[in-house]
Amino acid sequence: MIGVISYLAFFGTVAAILAIAVLGLNLQWGNTGLFNGGVAAFFGAGAYGAMMLGGPADPQQLGGFALPYPIAFAGGIGLAALVAWAVGLLTLRLRHDYLAIATFGVAVALEAVARNAEWLTGGAKGMRGFPRPFEGLFADQFTYNLAFLGFVVIILIAVYAGLERLVRSPYGRVLRAIREDEVAARALGKNATRLRLEAFVLGSAIIGVAGVLYVSFYAFISPQDMAPILTFQIWAMLIVGGAGNNRGAVLGAFLIWGAWTSSGFLLSKFAPTAVQIYTGPIQYIMIGSVIVGMLLWRPQGLLPERIERTKTGNEAPGENASQG
Amino acid sequence: MSDNQPMLSTSNLTCAFGVLRAVDGVSLDIRPGTMTGLIGPNGAGKTTFFNLLAGALKPTEGRVHFNGVDVTGMSPDRLFHLGLARTFQIPRPFRRLSVLENLLLAPPKQSGETLTGAIFQRGRMAREERALRDKAMGILDFMTLADLADQPAGKISGGQTKLLELARALMGEPSLILLDEPAAGVNPSLTNVLIDRIKELNRQGMTFFIIEHDMDFVMRHCAPIIALAEGRVVFEGTAQDAQADAGLLDAYLGTGVA
Ligand SMILES: Nc1ncnc2c1ncn2[C@@H]1O[C@H](COP(=O)(O)OP(=O)(O)O)[C@@H](O)[C@H]1O
Ligand SMILES: [Mg+2]
Repeated sequence: MIGVISYLAFFGTVAAILAIAVLGLNLQWGNTGLFNGGVAAFFGAGAYGAMMLGGPADPQQLGGFALPYPIAFAGGIGLAALVAWAVGLLTLRLRHDYLAIATFGVAVALEAVARNAEWLTGGAKGMRGFPRPFEGLFADQFTYNLAFLGFVVIILIAVYAGLERLVRSPYGRVLRAIREDEVAARALGKNATRLRLEAFVLGSAIIGVAGVLYVSFYAFISPQDMAPILTFQIWAMLIVGGAGNNRGAVLGAFLIWGAWTSSGFLLSKFAPTAVQIYTGPIQYIMIGSVIVGMLLWRPQGLLPERIERTKTGNEAPGENASQG
Repeated sequence: MSDNQPMLSTSNLTCAFGVLRAVDGVSLDIRPGTMTGLIGPNGAGKTTFFNLLAGALKPTEGRVHFNGVDVTGMSPDRLFHLGLARTFQIPRPFRRLSVLENLLLAPPKQSGETLTGAIFQRGRMAREERALRDKAMGILDFMTLADLADQPAGKISGGQTKLLELARALMGEPSLILLDEPAAGVNPSLTNVLIDRIKELNRQGMTFFIIEHDMDFVMRHCAPIIALAEGRVVFEGTAQDAQADAGLLDAYLGTGVA
């Protein structure tokens, strides 16, 4: 029984962390129409940023500086935001398809930096030993893991609630207008350049939060954790859940992560050895098929974006019930 | 501002695409309170001229003054804030926003439109939203779109979209509205509504600058009328002058003119 709960806590923690990243991407793509093809870069920036600041000192590297957890946390977010700001200044003028390629390229480049700049990042072997927050407060690992799940879920709820506020406000309305038609938004007085940059940086900072939590959970980060497959997983979660809908983003994260882990489990358990060695590629194909299938058959996702309705039905004389 | 002062004036305004001078040294004035018509054959440079006025394109040469301020090369968003609004020849609604949201969006300087305002100034934002909503419903009513307030803007007819673009522009309380072929592709009954509303707004003091192919409309409602051909002004005067100018009608406007 403890084993099952333990496993569910583990699953829930990772899924909730990924859900935060999906929410960040949803602000960018779902609301603003910014095609971020380099999700992994901002996730990695958050994780590495926190590790460098909060991780233990290593004579072979510049970091870590063993700073307190809140500083490491803020620093990880800050690094993700900084990278997003620099990338945004350079690429946000690009059209969708070019923006996707440019951000994908940035992510691949940053992964290469993480893999090769050993003095900074520990290279391919990564960095380990991140002091997990509040670990001393708990007697055993099981309780700690449950508490950590609670911590991640609280942050997920906070991010969700903040984003819901934002997208239901005039701010969200302007972002959606820019997504629908940037030329028209400009003609109506909106500074689309500034707003796009803001949404890109804010969304990337949220993806950075996910990276920080990831390194807090595993106490370890390596270039493997910011490989392009992560970007595709996060995208699959958003597309399946429903771009433009924050609840859909969270739902998609749990569904896809469930499908990903259970397919891995089933393949390793029941598939013949000859097939098992292809577990990774089979899962990649699965993610690709899910993205393509959804885009073909249900592009709006499981929980589609909803159009804001007036709440002023009492004003119109009776026949205000036009519905679509 | 005195009535003699032009609201908008251009001097030697030019826009070249490579060797093509789509707008070629245009100098003209728009006086406050007028409904100035801009006519000319397809490809004459009318839309390009509007794009220069509204900041969507930067001129190769020449200047634009709006309410006495040199606004040459200014961005569209800043021009909108100064009171210059426009609609598009091919309408550009925000398709997945409701008709009402299309209007609520337009007013500048909303406190809920900034990150901090949207998160921290909730009370103020809610008050502003209520006021904007009332104002928007009033304008939708005036434009005969009130029943469609909750519809996605992508789902309404082409003619209704033209009305929506004008309604949206009005939310920003502009002093000058540029209309690019407002009646094109609109069915006759909606065209009548549109013309009626434009006339009414003009009576209330709104200045319009209108590109239109419907000569009947232009001759009847616009004064003065300016004709453009190959990027140059070839006529400027009243409807009577235009009617008398047989050369203008034949050469630039084709036959079948009422
Ligand atoms: N962005 C552009 N690049 C190159 N040529 C253009 C561009 N926009 C318009 N043109 C050309 O400029 C000329 C004037 O076009 P336009 O202003 O749309 O005419 P009108 O609105 O009077 O029909 C046309 O020959 C058109 O092909
Ligand atoms: Mg045109």
